[in-house]
Amino acid sequence: MLMTLSKDSMSITREQDVVPCRNRVKEVAVKIGMGIVNQTKLVTAASELVRNILRYADSGEVLIEVVSKGRESGIRLTFSDKGPGIADINLAMQDGYSTGRSLGLGLPGTKRLVNEFDIKSTVGQGTVVTILKWKNG
Amino acid sequence: MDKIPILRMGPFLLVTIQIDLYDRLALNLETDLINMVHKTGARGVLIDISAVSIVDSFMGRILGNIASMTRVLDAETVVVGMQPAVAITLIELGLSLHGVHTALDVERGMALLQTKHSLDDEMAGDDADDTE
Ligand SMILES: Nc1ncnc2c1ncn2[C@@H]1O[C@H](COP(=O)(O)OP(=O)(O)O)[C@@H](O)[C@H]1O
Ligand SMILES: [Mg+2]
Repeated sequence: MLMTLSKDSMSITREQDVVPCRNRVKEVAVKIGMGIVNQTKLVTAASELVRNILRYADSGEVLIEVVSKGRESGIRLTFSDKGPGIADINLAMQDGYSTGRSLGLGLPGTKRLVNEFDIKSTVGQGTVVTILKWKNG
Repeated sequence: MDKIPILRMGPFLLVTIQIDLYDRLALNLETDLINMVHKTGARGVLIDISAVSIVDSFMGRILGNIASMTRVLDAETVVVGMQPAVAITLIELGLSLHGVHTALDVERGMALLQTKHSLDDEMAGDDADDTE
């Protein structure tokens, strides 16, 4: 069973929130003893998802949780916004697909960087992306 | 407003990124570098990212933009000092830094630029011979 050991949240409203958010995630990753490569993957994934919130939904929130399952510990991040939502998630998950004229790597790339990835979106209501990275994952 | 300093070293420009860039700063660097290459006629740009712990697709795109725009101005861009964890992450993210040369450190990056620079000179020299 997955247990939450600690919880912390951060609101994302402007461009200047990207770096502090990355730093916060990194701090927690260091605290649980995650190695540098996994740390970097997780923080990069967080950076992509925070950018998506700012770009497509203007504002939102990030929940940072330290979780454990048996002997394993990890970090779960939940990015939620009340933006326009995504009409076709399969399309959005494809490499290179972008409505923002950028690289279209944020969602599919993030999925590759973490151990668990979940996206839920409703047009007109918003988007929630949850990712999980195990300490030794 | 913070600004990333651009150093002139002979025919090359050197930029050392010492902090994790927020977007405005990165975009300003892109513009400043292009202007500076244009103004000075620099033949190469060296970007030292050894202190950068995160390169996401936004930052990767900026590095790619800098490389392609300086190339139009006849200057090569070399990114040096990428941390191994950053390199591994970039590959998994799916970002291939197309058209961006990379080197292990500033010294090797400089050597790479110098080789390209003198190759260009030789070719320019050949051209001159042909027309004589
Ligand atoms: N939070 C979000 N709200 C609404 N649309 C989103 C959100 N995140 C991503 N999208 C949509 O999914 C597409 C792909 O996103 P991503 O893979 O990050 O690439 P990019 O940001 O470069 O376009 C975006 O272009 C956008 O249309
Ligand atoms: Mg994106």
